[in-house]
Amino acid sequence: MMTQIVFYVFAAVLLLSATMVVSARNPVHSVLFLILAFFNAAGLFLIAGAEFLAMTLVIVYVGAVAVLFLFVVMMLDVNFTQMREGVQRYAPIGGVVGGVLLVELLMAFMHWRSASNIGQIAHLVPSSPERTNTAALGDVIYTHYIFLFQACALVLLVAMIGAIVLTLRERPTGRRQNIDRQHDRTVADSLEMLQVPLGAGVDAQGGFLRPRESYDIAAVPGTYGTEAWRVAEAKDATGTALVIATPAHGTKGEGDE
Amino acid sequence: MNSPIEAIGLTPYLGIGAILLVLGVFGIFLNRKNVIIILMSIELILLSANINFVAFSAATGDLSGQVMTLFVLTIAAAESAIGLAIVTVYFRNRGSIEVDDITMMKG
Repeated sequence: MMTQIVFYVFAAVLLLSATMVVSARNPVHSVLFLILAFFNAAGLFLIAGAEFLAMTLVIVYVGAVAVLFLFVVMMLDVNFTQMREGVQRYAPIGGVVGGVLLVELLMAFMHWRSASNIGQIAHLVPSSPERTNTAALGDVIYTHYIFLFQACALVLLVAMIGAIVLTLRERPTGRRQNIDRQHDRTVADSLEMLQVPLGAGVDAQGGFLRPRESYDIAAVPGTYGTEAWRVAEAKDATGTALVIATPAHGTKGEGDE
Repeated sequence: MNSPIEAIGLTPYLGIGAILLVLGVFGIFLNRKNVIIILMSIELILLSANINFVAFSAATGDLSGQVMTLFVLTIAAAESAIGLAIVTVYFRNRGSIEVDDITMMKG
């Protein structure tokens, strides 16, 4: 009796929140009702004895998918009242299609019955009462369904790469990492020994002690660092205190001094 | 004690699955303009399929249905991730997410 009460409470809240998902005016409310619906569906799964799936549903949907929906709904600056314009027009046809579907399902229900020997059918994977649901499911997934399981992993990988490829935007600003260049570096390329006079400091190149060519290699053309040092060099040529020699006639190199 | 599903029976589960499916289909028609709600309706439809899988799995004592539910969950997560990525890119290009506008791609 207790089980039935709990079941019907979960079921009623599930159906009510599903109704609110499709009919709420504000999409943020829709997402929140979707979370509520999934929590109640997890309750139904628990009653059916599928504990692992109930927890998975909560973690995957509430933890990942619903948050993703919420993120997109809040990130996109969409005029949602304008979106509701067609509701009056589309409600009748939606009602007709939904009603027809419901009638069809009811007709299927009325003429549907289990085979009389359903208890005797040999199952590929019988559930045994002395094992927990999670352990039994783990045994099944990693034996009978291992290829499907790995195919699922591939699907998730493709979905991840696809989502990144779709939304990645190449920004023309900023400096990017050049891994080949980084690995090719030697001490002679990167270290520069300077004879800095006492109290003079180093003003050139923005105060960074690094070879000027390195600005050109890593930076996006036209951004800070590529042209800036040439401008600075031209200014230096007119006579500032310290001019850092270019590596060609260099103060650079380990053998110096 | 037996599984609690024997106190309830298979039919209420299937009925809830059916109503949830109808609600999802109705939601797709009702929110023709809003892609995000259409994606949520698809999630509801997949949830109804999951409820049917789990109910039959528990009623017949076979774990295969629950394994299928796990796979459906995976596919649903991948589908919503890709769908929302497409919505984001579409919004970036067009400044709206109205489904009606997408027909302009017919040229």
